[in-house]
Amino acid sequence: MKSNVGKILSTAAIAATISTGAAAATLDDVKAKGFIQCGVSTGVPGFSNADNKGTWSGIDVDACRAVSAAIFGDADKVKYTPLSAKERFTALQSGEIDILSRNTTWTYTRDTSLGLDFTTTNFYDGQGFMVRKDLGVESAMDLDGATVCTEQGTTTELNMADFFRKHSMDYVPVVVQKADEALSAYASGRCDVYTTDKSGLAAHRSKLSDPNQHMILPETISKEPLGPVVRHGDNQWKDIATWALFVQINAEEMGITSKNVAKIKKESTDPGIRRLLGAEGNMGESLGLSSDWAYNIIAEVGNYGEVFERNVGPNTPVGLPRGVNNLWTEGGVLYAPPVR
Amino acid sequence: MSENIKSNTSFLNDAGNRALLFQAVLLVVVLAVGYYLFHNLQANLQTQGISTGFAFLNEPAGFPILIHLIEYTEAGTYGRAFLVALINTILISLMGIVLATIIGVIMGLARLSQNWLVARLATVYIETLRNLPLLLQMFFWYFAVLAALPHPRDSIVFGDFFLNKRGIYSPNPIFEDGFGVVIFGFLATIVASIGLVIWAKKRQTRTGLWFPAYWSSLGIIVIGTIAFYFLAGSPITFDLPEASRFNVKGGMVLVPEFVAVLVALSTYTGAFIAEIVRAGILSVSWGQTEAARSLGMRDSITQRLIVLPQALRVIIPPLTSQYLNLAKNSSLGAAIAYPELVAVVMGTTLNQTGQAIETIGLCMLVYGTLSLSISFFMNWYNKKMSLIER
Repeated sequence: MKSNVGKILSTAAIAATISTGAAAATLDDVKAKGFIQCGVSTGVPGFSNADNKGTWSGIDVDACRAVSAAIFGDADKVKYTPLSAKERFTALQSGEIDILSRNTTWTYTRDTSLGLDFTTTNFYDGQGFMVRKDLGVESAMDLDGATVCTEQGTTTELNMADFFRKHSMDYVPVVVQKADEALSAYASGRCDVYTTDKSGLAAHRSKLSDPNQHMILPETISKEPLGPVVRHGDNQWKDIATWALFVQINAEEMGITSKNVAKIKKESTDPGIRRLLGAEGNMGESLGLSSDWAYNIIAEVGNYGEVFERNVGPNTPVGLPRGVNNLWTEGGVLYAPPVR
Repeated sequence: MSENIKSNTSFLNDAGNRALLFQAVLLVVVLAVGYYLFHNLQANLQTQGISTGFAFLNEPAGFPILIHLIEYTEAGTYGRAFLVALINTILISLMGIVLATIIGVIMGLARLSQNWLVARLATVYIETLRNLPLLLQMFFWYFAVLAALPHPRDSIVFGDFFLNKRGIYSPNPIFEDGFGVVIFGFLATIVASIGLVIWAKKRQTRTGLWFPAYWSSLGIIVIGTIAFYFLAGSPITFDLPEASRFNVKGGMVLVPEFVAVLVALSTYTGAFIAEIVRAGILSVSWGQTEAARSLGMRDSITQRLIVLPQALRVIIPPLTSQYLNLAKNSSLGAAIAYPELVAVVMGTTLNQTGQAIETIGLCMLVYGTLSLSISFFMNWYNKKMSLIER
């Protein structure tokens, strides 16, 4: 009920405050209030998850922290709003949050008809299926007649329908409002299969009481480029959010990490690196930021590789391989435009 | 004379004129504010690039719905999905109202019982359920029901019935040619029994002789319909459920989501109704019962003809608001995957189309209409039951 009330309120807020929200520059608002309001998930380990002290961490959280570091020189000037999948767009449209960083898939409809803009992709994902090992299923093609649990208000719901229709298989959909309850329903045996993005499956599997009893099927049934979203029409704000990520990818490519960035800034003679770190020229000006904005991102949050390893890498409970989320020079698809 | 008075009073000093003027000014202000808000909304949605209008209702929805009483596939439109969800909401509301009333009446009477144990049990039931949040109770029923039942492979089987975590599977009746005869027979026996009741009433007023019209009617309807069924050559066959690889396949299934929402709604509202029923019965003075007894009426007739009609006058108005609560509370079913209006329209549809104002507007319209219909019906019933002064 709370979320429904919240939705009605935020819709009322769209109606009431839209006149102020549309034209104003988000950067000025953010600078004036001194922090970024960042929309995150209600808890996906490795992407956005709060620990028992209420500290948020994850790839999506680091996207907001990078923007904060770029603007304030401090990655911690971020306040988080946990949102369910179905609340997220309304929260952004109504101005309740400044940036939505909640493993959100970039699709045509969302980009063109919701009044939102996708910045860039911070994680390339695809939808998969998780099943109990004792079910004896080896492939998603064996799922004819299965009962499938998923979270409401996601691309997952549509992909699942498309997949089963395409292969003319029967299924029973159980669509639950929140991810946690969808997972509980799966864990209790209501469903044979739990489906969401594969990264999410890995994250959710780590939450189950007996992760080893469950397996993720090999098929990937969709493309899910996940990334931060901002309101349509504020180009400066979109540029900041986009380039905050590009800087992290470029930094990894140049071998700059949070540990060596200070030393490199002092000693490097490479004009490209000197421009990026603000030792030369004033690259921040055109974004309305200080010249050391990129330096701050790398020093405070780290490069993309560090963010990945820290949150979802093989040494974390989520334990995802780099896969396609690697630099183009390493066989992945991460290819950021140059900073010049 | 009156003309004289009118001419002496200024236009604004006339109470009637002044009231009209204020009403007119208020109307203009309300309309202007409404127009301003609507215009503002339209303009700003356009500048933000958010789609508007109801054209999306004709576009393919692409998502599945667990429970659909009418034909629905993923290829159906958002409009069709809306209709499916609307029917699900009405279904759970009506069944909830019926069940809650039955539970409420039984528990209300039980709390008044002379039997110490029965009265205490009813008190515990009422006080527990009234004082726990409904959402919590829904989660409890959903996950309790799921935890208690076996996996599909270890289904509990009674003949052609299967019970497991995926629901209760029963044979699904398929109506064949000739079933129209059975429906006709059913309607015909109903008409006949209405005639019987009218005749019995008339005879009783005329002669004072009593005839068990209600029980006889029940007999006529049940036996008559069964007779027509066999006369038409048993035009129903059954689609039997059978175990398959994952789930039980075929047959008719009652899913746990539906059961959990129905149980939660009806036991919760039933606890409130129990208190209303108790209050209604206590409001009828004991003297009425004594008077009836002194006229030689049996206890059952005293209850039915003396106490209940008077209690109903106290019961109906608060009962109406409980019914309205139940219909609105059915929206909580969204939390446990029951595909009602809030889940399908304000959840999935809103999220896929992004048209928050239209979808929420639609939902508000539906809940408004549903509540007003219940209210309208209950007001009619209240009027019918109220004291007619002659």
